[in-house]
Amino acid sequence: MTTATGASGGAPVGGWDVGSVAAELLRCEDERIERPPFTDEWPGLDLDTGYEIQDLNLRKRLERGERLVGVKLGLTSRAKQQRMGVHFPFVAWLTDAMILPVGDPVPQARLIHPRAEPELVFVMGDRLEGPGISCAQAMSAVESMWGGVEIIDSRYRDFRFTAGDVAADNASSAAFVTGPVGLPPTELDLALEAVLVEVDGVVVDSATGAAVQGHPGEALALAANDLARRGHAIEPGWIVLTGGMTDAVFAPPGASIAMHFTHLGSVFLNGGEAPTPCP
Amino acid sequence: MDAGTRTEAARQLLDAYKTGQPIAPLTSTHHGLSLEDAYAIQLLQIEELLAGGRTVKGHKVGLTSAAMQRLLGVDEPDFGHLLDDFFYLEHEPIPMDRFLQPRIEPEVAFVLKAPLRGPGVTVHEAIAAVDFALPALEIVDSRIADWKIGLLDTIADNASSGAVVLGSTPTPLHDIDLRLAGAVMTRNGTVVGTGAGGAVLGSPITSLVWLANTVGARGVTLEKGHVVLPGSLCAMVTVAPGDTVTARFSGLGSVTARFARN
Repeated sequence: MTTATGASGGAPVGGWDVGSVAAELLRCEDERIERPPFTDEWPGLDLDTGYEIQDLNLRKRLERGERLVGVKLGLTSRAKQQRMGVHFPFVAWLTDAMILPVGDPVPQARLIHPRAEPELVFVMGDRLEGPGISCAQAMSAVESMWGGVEIIDSRYRDFRFTAGDVAADNASSAAFVTGPVGLPPTELDLALEAVLVEVDGVVVDSATGAAVQGHPGEALALAANDLARRGHAIEPGWIVLTGGMTDAVFAPPGASIAMHFTHLGSVFLNGGEAPTPCP
Repeated sequence: MDAGTRTEAARQLLDAYKTGQPIAPLTSTHHGLSLEDAYAIQLLQIEELLAGGRTVKGHKVGLTSAAMQRLLGVDEPDFGHLLDDFFYLEHEPIPMDRFLQPRIEPEVAFVLKAPLRGPGVTVHEAIAAVDFALPALEIVDSRIADWKIGLLDTIADNASSGAVVLGSTPTPLHDIDLRLAGAVMTRNGTVVGTGAGGAVLGSPITSLVWLANTVGARGVTLEKGHVVLPGSLCAMVTVAPGDTVTARFSGLGSVTARFARN
């Protein structure tokens, strides 16, 4: 084990440090391995350290040829925060390797325990650089709004983690698909844009954009302001996933999942085929 | 359950309204309580209230969401009666002393322009019988202690009815997608619930069809001019004295309930 970089997180415990946790998380992702949270062994893995690990893994992803296409927010709804016991949102990176084309099944072969959640999605027109960004300023930088589904997949067993663990794990990102309708931000009150979640033809949940920080534009402003703290801006052309509107539903092999939006169309997702068992 | 026991259970529930003291779940005190017993107990209370001068203004359907049905372990909704004194105006402070443990939920109310008589009512007949939809807030309440209800407890307790506030903007069904219409409920300015019409049995119209056919099987017709509350778009939340609750719907306007500070 290498020694800690020591910038944050306190003294490494159990042999873990920023570099080794980052490498282990990428290995878990590539090899479909689930594991206990690192904070079980390294309680000092706090939020800032988690983001340090996340940024290191972004650099590794770019080095291996992935392209940065945007950001996602995690845990922006009260339902999700309560379920996970973490009471603030996260920002994480999206690369082109996470894009799922419309009509493709859930890529079970590279996922551990995928869940799906409906999201309101922005494509950015202008650069957005915090701090101090408000909801109205953030929405003014949006080029178009879309419905979408994010497939999340924690590298932690049973989705058990602390804030530091989940920040390090790129906020459980795995894949995302966007819907068929894009509208300019002046067209809709996103707080009232609803989604109906159906699994195997049965409605299991519903929500509106107001479930996401009161308005998805607030989530976008939060992302811009949070990224500024880490030295980044949101760039033109980027995709922003604003966070699950409802609690995530399991997306097992064979499932038929549909997310119907009021004005932004429907996204259908097939659970795909069972992969070989996890090692 | 014999007639005397049913009457006694109905009496206990009516007394709970007057004393403000909830009772133990009937399912815990009356073993062998059946679905028929539960609806009979509800009807005995309604009959007594009608004898006292109240009138029926419509019906409500409860247990219509996947979450509530899972919670109570049922796969069917239930219904209750809406009486004339349940209805409050938007600007009128709703007295809290008529409730025991009130909660509130947003609904899309239907007003009927023709009678609906089941069984055998279909979706198109139900839609054709609706004059217009209204934004609504239903205040639900339970005369059962701590809301520890099973299906039969809530049926006997008039489907946990409390009060109703109707908004004032009618919308014909042609103008909205009932399934995908969104609602946001705020309490004192904070978002406390969101949902879509389809949270109600897949569509609020399905709820109306179920109600027409279910009461029809009991010889009851849904009358012209009556209001139907088909079920909530999201989970219910508690209300306290002085609260202001607003539900905003896409394509249906909004409705606000004010609660007195007493």
